Amino acid sequence: MTQAQVLLRGHGISRRWGGLVAVDDVSIALERGSVHAVIGTNGAGKSTLVNVLAGELAPSAGRVELLGQDATTWSQPRRARAGLGRSYQHTHIFTNFSVLENCRLAAQARAQRAWDWWSDAGRCAASTAAARQAAERAGLGELLQRSAGLLSHGQRRQLEIAMCLAISPQVLLLDEPLAGMGAEETERMLALLAELKPGHAILLVEHDMDAVFRIADRITVMVNGAVIASDTPEAVRANPAVQAAYLGTEA
Amino acid sequence: MKPDRAFVVGVFMLLAAYPLVAGGYGIDLVAKIMVYAIFALSLELLVGGTGLVCFGQAAFFGIGAYAAVRLSPDDGPAALAWLLPASMATGALYALAVGALSLRTRGVYFIMVTLAFAQMAYYVVHDTPLGGGTDGIYLNAKPVLGTWLDLDRPLPMYAFILVCLMAVFAFLAVLRRSRFGRALAGIKSNEQRMRASGFSTYPYKLAAFTVSGGIAALAGFLFAVKDGFVNPELLSWHFSGAVLIMIILGGLGHLRGALVGAFAFTLLQEFFKSEAIFGAFAKHWMLGLGLSIIFSVALLPRGLVGVPAQWRERLEGRGAGARGAGAAR
Repeated sequence: MTQAQVLLRGHGISRRWGGLVAVDDVSIALERGSVHAVIGTNGAGKSTLVNVLAGELAPSAGRVELLGQDATTWSQPRRARAGLGRSYQHTHIFTNFSVLENCRLAAQARAQRAWDWWSDAGRCAASTAAARQAAERAGLGELLQRSAGLLSHGQRRQLEIAMCLAISPQVLLLDEPLAGMGAEETERMLALLAELKPGHAILLVEHDMDAVFRIADRITVMVNGAVIASDTPEAVRANPAVQAAYLGTEA
Repeated sequence: MKPDRAFVVGVFMLLAAYPLVAGGYGIDLVAKIMVYAIFALSLELLVGGTGLVCFGQAAFFGIGAYAAVRLSPDDGPAALAWLLPASMATGALYALAVGALSLRTRGVYFIMVTLAFAQMAYYVVHDTPLGGGTDGIYLNAKPVLGTWLDLDRPLPMYAFILVCLMAVFAFLAVLRRSRFGRALAGIKSNEQRMRASGFSTYPYKLAAFTVSGGIAALAGFLFAVKDGFVNPELLSWHFSGAVLIMIILGGLGHLRGALVGAFAFTLLQEFFKSEAIFGAFAKHWMLGLGLSIIFSVALLPRGLVGVPAQWRERLEGRGAGARGAGAAR
């Protein structure tokens, strides 16, 4: 694996709130064409790590590199425009818009033109094409005109991924995309992630261990904000520290 | 034509025809309501369009009104062609300054900061020679546009206000569908998602705040020119509250809600103030107005413009219930 394939890298990232250390000296590298899962119990610091990498939270220490550039001081919107898409633990969509409008608005972010603020959003061919493509890729091609507020939980999660795809990202940070999904919806989402994998670097925070071990190329295990293991799924499964701390000794 | 659009066109046609059947009092009242409607539209852009609850909108209105008076020469009328944009620009610049600071806050803090800025502006005009103190200031001569628009006469004034109202309505309707307007709607719906998608939301909100301030200043300008007088009450928090009630009463999130709300609020106010109807109790008009607004908001959560949809859903619910009961039998 060459250095050039690393699209997002976190070096020694820490995030503290007073005496509470939520993320403690974590280093992580996301490579194109791979799914890097981050697992850990609730409160382990996984979502905080995602927030720091996405630019939603500033790190207390450490550095973030995006596409080879130091992005530590970049705002979240700047990182998104550079090619970083993220989904949230609790779905963040525009419930009063249609599926197409949700994706079109996300696509519009990539082509913000101060001189063209006045034109009709619905008539922007480039944004509409990107939105349609993203929705179809996420499996929502049949539901373009449906109000997002009327979608099922699983479809909302798909829509959130479609909105990420509409900004043409190279890196995807997905925070528990399988949370609350049934077996069929989980399979659909895993198939989507497998399809997205070749062109993207994906960070997957997830509690569904079966899914994680099926799709991840690398797994980082966090406990109390720190990394206790970061390796291939097989090595992590065999790691005694991980078994004791997270998976249970019978794993 | 869609029902919503037909409703708005119908309202504007009625407003255009109204002077043909109305007397002086009616024309003056409806002209005042149209000014309030422009004011309400300015706040609708913020609250209904962007999700920013500004509790200091009266400051922009008042600054527009004071600018109209203060920028007019003492010895004759000003040219409307520059006084109008100058007054709007004054309100917009003040909004830009207030927005630049207040938009750093969110939620209830934003509400309180905008209120605090408005109160500062209120006391500036209330306590300094700039605003003429509690007595206010008279406009020496109404602005002129060539020789054909005489704003001293009620009918041209009415027509000018109506044209301004239609222009503001059309501007905001187009803005809503524009890329900028959709971004504002996205900010209102889910600002976190907007930022995650790559929108730096602060400049968008600041632009909306500035445009809103300019439109509110236009309303203030028209008020000052119509009445030929300004006083500090135009900047008071009561007035900021009143315009907020107008858009809530009319229906948040709809431009026509601001229009309907301005009419409903002012007509309710006139109704409860009427001594011909309420006699001596008319001096307690605030009680009647307040109670009727509380009932309206409680019974009509989507405002007056949401009533048809609310009734339709209720009827459909009953129909479905009756069909369900029939099927059960």
